[in-house]
Amino acid sequence: MNVSNILLAAPEIWVFTMACVILLVDLFLREERRGIIQLLAMATVIFAGFITMRAEYVHDGTFIATAFNDSFLRDPMGDVLKLFTYFIVALVFVYAKSYLRQFNMFRADFYTLSLFALLGIMLLISANSLLMIYLGLELTSLSTYALVAYDRDSSRGSEAAMKYFVLGSMASGMLLYGMSMIYGATGSLNLDAIGAAVSSDKRDDLVLVFGLAFLVVGLAFKLGVVPFHMWIPDVYEGAPAGVTLFIAAVPKMAAFAMAFRLLQTGLGELHADWQQMLAVLSVLSIVLGNVAAIAQTNIKRMLAYSTISHMGFILLGFAPGTGAGYGASMYYVMVYSLMTAAAFATIILLSSRGVEAEHLDDFKGLNQRNSWYAAVMAMVMFSMAGVPVFVGFFAKWLVIQATLEAGMLWLAVVAVVFSVVGAFYYLRVVKLMYFDDPETEVPISATLDFSLALSLNGVLVIGLGIFSGPLIAVCMRSFAA
Amino acid sequence: MPIVQIVFYAFALVLTAASVMVITVRNPVYAALFLVLAFFSSTAIWILLEAEFLAIVLVLVYVGAVMVLFLFVVMMLDINLAPLSEGFIRYLPAGVGVASIMATELMVVLWTRGRFDAAAFPIPAPHPQGYSNTKALGELLFTQYVLPFEVAGIILLVAIIAAIALTLRKRTGVKAQNPARQVMVQRDERMRVVSMKSEPRQDG
Repeated sequence: MNVSNILLAAPEIWVFTMACVILLVDLFLREERRGIIQLLAMATVIFAGFITMRAEYVHDGTFIATAFNDSFLRDPMGDVLKLFTYFIVALVFVYAKSYLRQFNMFRADFYTLSLFALLGIMLLISANSLLMIYLGLELTSLSTYALVAYDRDSSRGSEAAMKYFVLGSMASGMLLYGMSMIYGATGSLNLDAIGAAVSSDKRDDLVLVFGLAFLVVGLAFKLGVVPFHMWIPDVYEGAPAGVTLFIAAVPKMAAFAMAFRLLQTGLGELHADWQQMLAVLSVLSIVLGNVAAIAQTNIKRMLAYSTISHMGFILLGFAPGTGAGYGASMYYVMVYSLMTAAAFATIILLSSRGVEAEHLDDFKGLNQRNSWYAAVMAMVMFSMAGVPVFVGFFAKWLVIQATLEAGMLWLAVVAVVFSVVGAFYYLRVVKLMYFDDPETEVPISATLDFSLALSLNGVLVIGLGIFSGPLIAVCMRSFAA
Repeated sequence: MPIVQIVFYAFALVLTAASVMVITVRNPVYAALFLVLAFFSSTAIWILLEAEFLAIVLVLVYVGAVMVLFLFVVMMLDINLAPLSEGFIRYLPAGVGVASIMATELMVVLWTRGRFDAAAFPIPAPHPQGYSNTKALGELLFTQYVLPFEVAGIILLVAIIAAIALTLRKRTGVKAQNPARQVMVQRDERMRVVSMKSEPRQDG
């Protein structure tokens, strides 16, 4: 191993260094100058983007390199996902600042823990061995557990963190058990070596499938698909909105990468086995997520169930086992993060006087209070429902197209039918905003950076829909080989 | 039966029994002590495998530090156990049912066709004299596994940060001394000179 190999991990090293720097700088700052922490965190994320892009291979999009004895992998898929993750994290930092200030929780811990979670996500995206997948996952999870309990005086937050921690640990245990079985059957921790061992003739099918079942359970817990979804609504509701924003939008990118690396790179030869498992999981999620969301009056819970159904769509893209399917899933996960960030940002925007705007009634008559923010939220809701022109439509369309190409007609039919069912609760929010009268006359105030970020986010939701070609091409190219 | 196998089975039995006791005894202090016993037995098994470094680390770190700390916490907190075991009997049938089905399935997979039999895993050849377990581990950790090793360190750092972020709080209204302020105190802050009019003496 030489130095240029280590430099493949330069973005990770940079984020880690800056997280430690922020930790130390905070000790020497007075309370009224905490804004510097926010600036440092933004700079960290933006420079991480430059470092990731600096590598010459981003531009031709075919370069694949490994470092640290093949346990760390740089490939086009990972780079695209990382760049998009930085963008979402930057948005989250802008949104969260105004939330944290308003609720008197503006401390440096939020930024250090978020950056450590980001580091875990980056390592998970680049992981090429079972060990690195597990460690990246634990780093991400541990930081997010702490973030959920960030509001220490909130009993709901502590309860959510406790549930998240216990269920998350159980999922990690399942994943680890599956990994140990896979290791026992193939004799290697490296995903490429596992892939080679699985495709050889001497493979031990029973133990491999046994390990695979546990891997899928662990993955399903982390993604939050039915029947391993119970923690999602409670955690989304209990965590402070600024934190929910982070855990809803950001770690899903890593979960996608983890699922791809484990299932395709490692166990691609067992496609027939995991295809059925994923098909069942995704159908259940799409059905239950969309139906249960109708009954919610709390918008954080509603978005949680909507997340469950979106995760079902992402797993649906895995079922065909083709490059088109993975590309569609990757596009879906990026689009999902973009829409979720905007939706939670609106909740933060409407929160006032120390009360989170988490009830559907808080959205009543938003159009009369501020028509631009109402338009942004309406676009996000249309997009989540899968209305054409908006970006969410193309994501759903690509996934369903890939499913149909693989000849899984009934999966596609269920997905389409329950998307239509799901449109009800998204459009209900639009109805509340445009056709009901507001309950309060409190003016909506937002800082300049917040309204700029939210406007950009909203414009992207429709802009990436109208000009959807480039991003789809980038996603598809990542799996062309 | 060679002596190594007798020693192995003896310690394996003690280990299993101690582990069962850890989760069944009611008193958490006893449970912690049984856990110490379990660690000691597994240490002996490590030594049989010639992994002396791991054995010593297990004793030093787990028995010496972690368990002592754990005992302290258990004794200081004085946890009331009655609510914890509430509903135990009610959920017992379902729990036992699920557990036994899973255990049977596991055994069917793992024991059929001698996949994980003793024959499939022969006793490793003894190391030559002068072989250093510690050196071999160190070499691996700092070459092949350097990235996972560093990331594990970062996870521990995050654990520290999270623990401090969740528990350290500056409470207002706490009656604590501030020595710096005590030294810097001015006369005016402590003493008030009141000028009063002198009053005439009042004789009985």
